[in-house]
Amino acid sequence: MVLKDFVQVFAGQFDDTPVEEFTPSTIFMELEEWGSLVALSIISMIDEEFEKRVTGADLRSVKTIEELYNLIQTK
Amino acid sequence: MSYLSIKNVKIKGMSACVPERVEENRDYTLMSKEEIEKYIQTTGVERRHCAIHDGSICTSDLVQKAAEKLLIDLNWNKSDIDLIVFVSQTADYRLPATSCVLQDKLGLSTSCMAFDISFGCSGYLYGLGVVGSLLQSGSLKKALLMVGNTQSEFASYEDRSMYLLLGDAGTVTAMEYSPEDNDQMDFHYMTDGSGRTSVCVPDGGSRNPVNANSFIMEDHGDGIKRNRLHEKMDGLEVFPFAMANVPKSVALLKEKYPFDHEKIDYFLIHQANKYMCEKLRKKINAPIEKVPYNIHEFGNTSAATIPLLMVTNLGKELQEKKLDFVMTTIGVGFSIGSARVNMGKIVCSELMYL
Repeated sequence: MVLKDFVQVFAGQFDDTPVEEFTPSTIFMELEEWGSLVALSIISMIDEEFEKRVTGADLRSVKTIEELYNLIQTK
Repeated sequence: MSYLSIKNVKIKGMSACVPERVEENRDYTLMSKEEIEKYIQTTGVERRHCAIHDGSICTSDLVQKAAEKLLIDLNWNKSDIDLIVFVSQTADYRLPATSCVLQDKLGLSTSCMAFDISFGCSGYLYGLGVVGSLLQSGSLKKALLMVGNTQSEFASYEDRSMYLLLGDAGTVTAMEYSPEDNDQMDFHYMTDGSGRTSVCVPDGGSRNPVNANSFIMEDHGDGIKRNRLHEKMDGLEVFPFAMANVPKSVALLKEKYPFDHEKIDYFLIHQANKYMCEKLRKKINAPIEKVPYNIHEFGNTSAATIPLLMVTNLGKELQEKKLDFVMTTIGVGFSIGSARVNMGKIVCSELMYL
């Protein structure tokens, strides 16, 4: 999956935040809708799409969607 | 690799008791109506049976009531019980063992062997394995496995990740040495203690004795406030661990003790929260109609979820015929247990309330 598609799938985990708000440089934890439920969806999505295990600590270690994407590639 | 296969043991009966008192999640005052509905939709928990934690109802009281009823329904003599094992993280005292309290309160023989296993969500399958192992040589004949928790005690009202999730329950499983007519019980176990701080009550044990700071409420963000005697759960650590290891555990169980996936009657998944259970259900390829839930009524009752689910949802079927189960549990520790159990034609008492 390329970064552009990852941003789309990432945005798909949010119910209320408009898709247009998501770019590779979005600092996702600053989004108003960010919370533990969305975080669980993200972890689950990465498990399903990449078969990679990302933890809460991993999510906290990055800021932007692109950084998360890069982190997944190193796993 | 930790595998266990029990021979010559039969599960004869099951019972469960929950506090009569109900807490409705929709009555929670620290979240908006919309937030509560979203929470219920995700976790599945609408209400929970919770004791008031002033010492009036402890886990031992719940399992005692469940045991008294089951012994009558089974027509077992109290003097015939050779072994009781109490699996819980909510003991009556730091010492003595609650199983000793129960031996006396139940009026069991002083020649009975009794001990506790301190364990959380995976506790039922550890209890079944330990009691099964002790019975299978035939030296001990009859045992009561008592599994329960009143862990809503550990939840901070200002921690919505825990408070709306935890319920209380006590369960009893009666097991007997039975070389002729026995059940199949195969287990796989694993442990990863590096996750020990992810689900933890930090203070009150010997490592961090209770002190004045234990009672200070700390703000952990995301609407979570708790003190060091409350239970902390980092769902974002538990969830990926479960997603990676529960399916692995079930696969290892199946590899060691092959079973026909299609012929399994029920897959019993520890009722942690509906969201995680459903993700795990899909990962272990369990069809939805074979995965019962009672989490909406009882919440997460820790080690008691699987036996409680058997009593509330499958009691009638278990009385009529033998059923093939795959059970899987993940919990505090981290600790995982999975089992394939073929059992049935048991006495199953009606759910009781205290």
